[in-house]
Amino acid sequence: MRLPFPLIAGLGILVLLLLCALLPGAIAPYDPLAFDYTAMLAAPGRAHLFGTDQFGRDLLSRTIHATRIDLQIALFATIGPLLIGGAIGLLVGWFGGLADTLVGRLIDLVQTFPFLVLVIAIVAVLGPGLENMYVAVAIVGWVFYARLMRGEVLVQKHADYIAAARALGYSQPRLMLRHILPNAIRPVLIYLVTDMALAILLGSSLGYLGLGAQPPTPEWGVLIADGKNFFTTAPWMSLFPGLAIVLTGLGFSLTGDGLADLMDVRR
Amino acid sequence: MNRAGAIVGRIAQIIPTFFLIGVVVFVLARLLPGDAVSAMLGDRATDEAVRRITHQLGLDRSMVAQFLTFIGQAAQGHFGQSLAFRVPVASLISERLPVTLLLTLMATLIAMCMALPLAFVAAMNANRWPDILIRAVFQVGLSSPVFYVGLVLLTVFAAGLRLFPVGGYGEGLPAHLYHLFLPALTLALSFSAVIMRTLRGSILAVLRAEFVDFARAKGLSARVILLRHVLRSAAITTVTLVGLHIGSLLGGAVITESVFAVPGVGRLMVDSIFSRDYPVIQALTLVLAVLVSLTFLATDLLHGWLDPRAGV
Amino acid sequence: MTPLLPMTPLLEVRDLAITFAPAARVVDGVDFRIMPGEVLGLVGESGSGKSVTLRALLRLLHGARVEGHVLWKGRDVLAMPDAELRAMRGRGMAAVFQEPTAALNPVLPIGLQIDESLAAHTDLSGAARRRRAIELLGEVGIADAARRLGAYPHELSGGQRQRAMIAIALAAGPELLLADEPTTALDVTIQDQILALLLRLVADRHMGLLLVTHDLGVVAETCDRMVVLYAGRVAEAGSVADLLRQPRHAYTDALLRSMPGEGEARTRLSPIPGMAPKLGRPLDACAFVPRCSYASPECSAHRPPMVAVEPRRLSACIAWNRLPARVAA
Repeated sequence: MRLPFPLIAGLGILVLLLLCALLPGAIAPYDPLAFDYTAMLAAPGRAHLFGTDQFGRDLLSRTIHATRIDLQIALFATIGPLLIGGAIGLLVGWFGGLADTLVGRLIDLVQTFPFLVLVIAIVAVLGPGLENMYVAVAIVGWVFYARLMRGEVLVQKHADYIAAARALGYSQPRLMLRHILPNAIRPVLIYLVTDMALAILLGSSLGYLGLGAQPPTPEWGVLIADGKNFFTTAPWMSLFPGLAIVLTGLGFSLTGDGLADLMDVRR
Repeated sequence: MNRAGAIVGRIAQIIPTFFLIGVVVFVLARLLPGDAVSAMLGDRATDEAVRRITHQLGLDRSMVAQFLTFIGQAAQGHFGQSLAFRVPVASLISERLPVTLLLTLMATLIAMCMALPLAFVAAMNANRWPDILIRAVFQVGLSSPVFYVGLVLLTVFAAGLRLFPVGGYGEGLPAHLYHLFLPALTLALSFSAVIMRTLRGSILAVLRAEFVDFARAKGLSARVILLRHVLRSAAITTVTLVGLHIGSLLGGAVITESVFAVPGVGRLMVDSIFSRDYPVIQALTLVLAVLVSLTFLATDLLHGWLDPRAGV
Repeated sequence: MTPLLPMTPLLEVRDLAITFAPAARVVDGVDFRIMPGEVLGLVGESGSGKSVTLRALLRLLHGARVEGHVLWKGRDVLAMPDAELRAMRGRGMAAVFQEPTAALNPVLPIGLQIDESLAAHTDLSGAARRRRAIELLGEVGIADAARRLGAYPHELSGGQRQRAMIAIALAAGPELLLADEPTTALDVTIQDQILALLLRLVADRHMGLLLVTHDLGVVAETCDRMVVLYAGRVAEAGSVADLLRQPRHAYTDALLRSMPGEGEARTRLSPIPGMAPKLGRPLDACAFVPRCSYASPECSAHRPPMVAVEPRRLSACIAWNRLPARVAA
C-alpha cells in the first residue's frame, strides 16, 4: 500500500519532535538555562543558530527543551475531551431517549460560546496554569468528541452486523464495547490527531497570554511572550519558537489529513 | 406565507438560548473557589471589604434569588461594577465592544476577499500546481497561531517598514481603520484558511454538479456559469461558514487585541483575568455568547434568503 | 434510392472513441448520423457508453480523451473554437438530462434558467424574453406558466421539473435535441406524457431527436432508426421496425428475447446471462462472446467488421445470417 505524501511528511515531523522531547539534552547544543553575559541578544549565527535572549541563553536549546511541554499539551489537552466526550457520545448514541436529547441541547449550548472565550473564562475562575488549562479544555472540548462519537454510533447501530449480534443474544455492554466502539472510534481517533494541532495552538496561545504554562517553564508560547519585548531589537527571540509551533501544527494536521485519506474518512 | 411564520419561529428560539447562556455563565461564576471575594480583593481584603463585596455581589443570598437577580439584571444590561475600573461593567463593555466588532468585521471582509478568489482558483485547477500551492500555503496558515502571525506582521510592517502603527486604535473612523488593519489582517489570515478549505471543496462539488453541465449544454459562457451558477452556491456556503466560525473569530480577536494593544473587549477580558475583575469576565462571557447566538440567527435568516430550499 | 438523398445530416459521428484515464476505453469506434426531423434511438445496457457518447457530442465530458469526428452540419465539434461551440450548444444541439432534480440549478428560479438560455442565444429584450419563457412553459404543458416563472425546482413535481428542463432546452430553438434517458426518473404514466410531448415537439418544430435509453419499449414507440451499443461499440444499426422484426446481431437477439413478450415492452434489459464486460483496453474480439449463444471461434479471433448486411442495415456480428426472425410484431 502506498502511503499518502502528507502522512509521510506529517509522521516525519512528529518523529523529529518526539526525539527532541525525549532526548533534549542530547540534541540541544547548550544548556537552555545557562546565562552567557558575553553573548546577550546575539543574532542567529554559527555559534547560536537561533540567536540568544537577553540573558545570553541559547534559543535553539530553549526551543528544543520546550518541545516536551508542548507535546504534553497536545496529549493532555485532548485526552480529557476524548475520554469524556467519547464516553458520553457512546452512551447517548446507543441508548438514545431523553438523555440523548438533553445532551444534544447541552452540546448546542456549549457551542454557542466562543471556544477560546469560554476556556479563558474557566481558567480565570480556576486560576492560570497548565493543569487548570487542561481542566478548562476538557469542560468545553468534550462536545466535539461527543457529537462525532454519537453520530458514528448511530450509523453503526443500524448496521446489519449489529442486528446479527443482537439476534445472537449478546448483552448490551458487550455489543457496545466489543462491536460498536471499535468501529465507531476510528473517525474519532483521526479527529484526535487533527485536534492535537489545535491543542498546540491553544496551549501556546494561553502560554503567550500568561494563562497557560507559567514562566520559567520552557514552552513555546511563553518563549514568544518573552521575546515580545524585544521584537524591534531581537525579533529572532519570537521568530524561532513560533516556527516550532507552526512545524508541530503541520506535523499533526498533515498526519491527521493523511490518516483520513488513508482510511477514507470524510472530515 | 408560512415562510414568515418560520422566520418568526426561528427568531423566537433565541429567547430560551439567551436564558440558557445566562444559566451557564451563572453556574460558572459560582464555581469560584471558596474565598473568591478575598482572592478578588487580594491585599485589599479587610474583613469589612470582604463583607461589603460579598453583599454587593449578592453572594450572601440563596442561589435561586441570586440567579433571578442575575438574569433580571443581565436582561436590562446591568452587570454590576468593575472591581478594577470602578465603573459600571455595562459602560466598559459598550465602550469597547464596537472596537471588537469593527475588528471582526474587517477581518471577515479581508478573509473573504482572500479566500473566495483563491478557493475558486484552487478548485478550478484541482490537483494541479496552483491548487497544491494554495493549499500548502493555507495549511501552513492553519497551523500558525494567531498571536505569532500577529507578532510577525507587527515586526515586519509596523516595527520594520513602519507602514502601520504598532498598536492602539486612534481617533476617528479613518484612524480606526488604519490602526486596525494589521490586527484584522492577522485575524483574517487564519480565518481565511478555515473558510478556504471548505469553500474549495464546495466549489469543486458545484463545478462537477450536473446543473453546471446542463448550463454548459445550454451554451452559456464560462463567465455566466461562474458568476451566476457557481458563485451563488459558493456565497451560500460562505455565509454559513462565516456564521459557524464567528466563535473562533471572536476567540482570535481576544488574542489579536492583546498582541496589538487594541482597546476592545478581548483585551479587556485578558486584563480582567489578571486583575481578578470577575464581574467583567462574567459579563463578557455572556455578551460574547449572546453575540454568537445572534450571529447564528442572522446566518440562518440570510441563508434562508439566499437558498430557497432552506426551511427558514 | 439509398445514396444521394438531397438532405445532409444534422449530425454525423464518425469513429468516436472515448478514453478515461488511465486506460478505460468506454466508447470505441462509434458511427451514426441524424437527419433533420429524424428520431434516432441509442440503445444499450448501463455502462454501454450511450450516455457518455451523448455528453461527448456537446463536449461536456470531464477528464476524458475524445477522438474521432463529431460533425455538426459538417463542422467538427471536437475542434470547434469556444465561441462557436457556445453558439452551437443550445441553439444547434440542446440536451435534456436524466435527472431534472440534478440538472436544474436548485437555487435559481425556473424562469431565470429559461431566460439565460434566451439571453445567450437571442437579441430579445427582457420583456420579450419573459413572454417567450411563458410561451415555452405553456408549450411543454406547464399550467399557469406566468406564475411558475418564479418557482424554484424543488417547488415543482418530478414531471413538471422534466417539462421545465425540456422548456429550457427548447428555449433557443435547437435543431437537434439530445435526450439522455429523459423518462427513467419518472413514474410510468408521466413517462408516456413526456414521450408524447417530445414527439409532438419534434413534429411541430421539425427537430431531430437523439434518444438515449436502455428501454426497448421506448424505442419501439418513438424512434425511426436505432443504434444498438454494446461495450462501447456499435453492435448493429438500422430502422426500428427491421431490427425488432429481424435482429442481425446476436446481442440484439438476446435483448429481444429478454423482453417478456410483445406488447409488454416496457422492461429493463437485464436478464441476459452473464455480465456486461469490464471496459478497458480495446479488445481484439467481439465483446459479446462470453454471453453469446451463437459464438464461434472466429468471433474471438478478431474484431468482427461492421458489414452492410442489407440496404441501410449495419451489423458487427459474424452470426448475423444465422439469427432467427422474430414473430411479426
